[in-house]
Amino acid sequence: MVNENLVKDVVKEPYKYGFVTDIETEKIEKGLNENIIKLISQKKEEPKFLLDFRLKAFKKWQKMKEPDWAALGYKKIDYQDIIYYSAPKQKEKISSLDEVDPKLLETFDKLGIPLTEQKKLTNVAVDAVFDSVSIATTFREELAEHGVIFCSISEAVKNHPDLIEKYLGTVVPASDNYFAALNSAVFSDGSFVYIPKGVTCPMDLSSYFRINSGDSGQFERTLIIAEESSSVSYLEGCTAPMFDTNTLHAAVVELIALDDASIKYSTVQNWYAGDEEGIGGIFNFVTKRGKCLGKRSKISWSQVETGSAITWKYPSCLLLGEESVGEFYSVALTNNLQQADTGTKMIHIGPKTKSTIVSKGISAGKSKNSYRGLVKMGTKATGSRNYSQCDSMLIGDQASANTFPYIKSQQPNSEIEHEASTCRISEDQLFYLQSRGIEFEEAVSMMVSGFCRDVFNQLPMEFAAEADKLLALKLEGSVG
Amino acid sequence: MQSKMKESDPILEVENLSASTDSLPILKGVSLTVYPGEIHAIMGRNGCGKSTLSKIIAGHPSYNITNGDIKFLGENINSLEPEERSQSGIFLGFQYPIEIPGVSNLEFLRVSTNARRKFLNKEELDTFDFEELVKEKLEIVQMDHAFLSRSVNQGFSGGEKKRNEILQMALLEPKIAILDETDSGLDIDALRIVASGIKKISNAETGIILITHYQRLLDEIKPNYVHVMSDGQIIKTGESDLALELEEKGYEWTDNFIKKT
Repeated sequence: MVNENLVKDVVKEPYKYGFVTDIETEKIEKGLNENIIKLISQKKEEPKFLLDFRLKAFKKWQKMKEPDWAALGYKKIDYQDIIYYSAPKQKEKISSLDEVDPKLLETFDKLGIPLTEQKKLTNVAVDAVFDSVSIATTFREELAEHGVIFCSISEAVKNHPDLIEKYLGTVVPASDNYFAALNSAVFSDGSFVYIPKGVTCPMDLSSYFRINSGDSGQFERTLIIAEESSSVSYLEGCTAPMFDTNTLHAAVVELIALDDASIKYSTVQNWYAGDEEGIGGIFNFVTKRGKCLGKRSKISWSQVETGSAITWKYPSCLLLGEESVGEFYSVALTNNLQQADTGTKMIHIGPKTKSTIVSKGISAGKSKNSYRGLVKMGTKATGSRNYSQCDSMLIGDQASANTFPYIKSQQPNSEIEHEASTCRISEDQLFYLQSRGIEFEEAVSMMVSGFCRDVFNQLPMEFAAEADKLLALKLEGSVG
Repeated sequence: MQSKMKESDPILEVENLSASTDSLPILKGVSLTVYPGEIHAIMGRNGCGKSTLSKIIAGHPSYNITNGDIKFLGENINSLEPEERSQSGIFLGFQYPIEIPGVSNLEFLRVSTNARRKFLNKEELDTFDFEELVKEKLEIVQMDHAFLSRSVNQGFSGGEKKRNEILQMALLEPKIAILDETDSGLDIDALRIVASGIKKISNAETGIILITHYQRLLDEIKPNYVHVMSDGQIIKTGESDLALELEEKGYEWTDNFIKKT
């Protein structure tokens, strides 16, 4: 378990990632039209197929309507009042980390993500994304020895256009939904991972997303391809400064697993959540989906969602390959006036496919936390199974929790099992822990950690510790 | 009654304590003094205020002290938080130990023990050192090591929960332990284990308050004093034979004392 003293230290801290890096940035003008999209594509020196992909997506987006089915309430977003490209100014071509602006390195240092050769994290390769661009990717040579490609998606477009053209938009088509279409039109940067056949990635891969500008959106795009019999564990972290305006973050993540491949994708999301009155914070509209194309392939999502004013996110699995496996482990914590509508979709298409959903929602303050999930058994999904467990914990008497499980089965020879529960931290439990010398806030964080144990057990070690600390921090002062 | 010369200072002094919950009076002037080495038994019907008294001494937030004082080692503790009371050496063994899903018993015991050790300026124990300590204490209550990896009290039988309480007492080494119906729901064997555990943990420096309905616990642990509570008051105090008399005559017999007062 986690060092309890660390939890205690952290409980007293406010959002510590709220600083702004003062750096000269190159921004394009506000607004969204075809010329803006051409400009972004031009800045990134993209091949024609990608510009066409963007323009097609933009046309679709213009015809679409912002979805309103989620249990979320927020002020209408003015899409013309957003800057769609913002990048720190630096030399055109950077050959080594030494040439990266020290201010940027310092920023990631402060976030606990040191990038320089001497200080970089051991055993985790990091791709650091600052506003619209990727700053640096560590351990590239080491990974290359194994044939693993880990770079920003912009670089992948330049160096591996064949892979991009083959896979981009095949899991989340541009027409999938409003925010996916927007992302497809204007996406700036993100990570690209390619694990060749038979390779077990020698270290965890990680992307760290940092929003710095207040008025620009972040539209990252991540694509992970695991070839036959390969495996990879990928971690994603996110933070943003405190602004009193809302910043839009609309990402698309696509995972593809071929025969016997496995992808584990873990997220700790700590975007700025707005203040106690609900002023400011990130609007987080994300489409994450994995395609289990191959036989016996496996995609596992684990997420700890603690930040953002609004979270709209349903990491999903399309289970096509026979005996493929999809998993979703989620902790979503909301406090103050945060709203989260999150869950998953498990689409069983192939026979003997299996999925597991474990969702833990914690709502404190006046927040609203909804689980929304779909389990679908297609006509060919014979002998397939799903197990879902959705638990909610309420802290205080003004928070709310909802569960919306949708089940569609077209295959009588399949099993779907769903369990749900709601609990409240009781005074008796608190008193019991306190009467054993454990301080009030620590008692609360122990119980919350306990509630989330099933999910934390799925996270990579360092992430589990961080997640525990984060929850403690987020709940500060929300009880009693 | 307490006519013996006391050589040392009392551990616990409850002085004319009145308390209420939701403005309903529960305790109506309770006084009780416990010296080192003493074992006190408190008996009485359900609802007489025995459990409330124990919870108030441990600092339960649902009760308001409307009058009187609780002193621990000479200091007034009326306004101390429950965790501060525990750290300084007050232990409450729960009548119904609470289940805490997902929290490992081992980690809970370690955090709790370290909170007490920190107060005593003793070195806090890491996981490995704590394993050693807890192994030794498990023998006192004849508990299996497997209990430690389960969630706190979750899915424990009644007897296992009570033994887990005594295990906590053994780890925390309190100055005073208030054991609220620790004997209830135990079979004869479990009762013996629990009783012998309590005897092993207590010594000439510690005080014990046993809250119970039954003589059978007092057969195992002989109290120095027996108090009978009724309607929020101690209506009679005697030595250990009072419990026997009570067993024989029933609580109706004690009703006479109320009419007298």
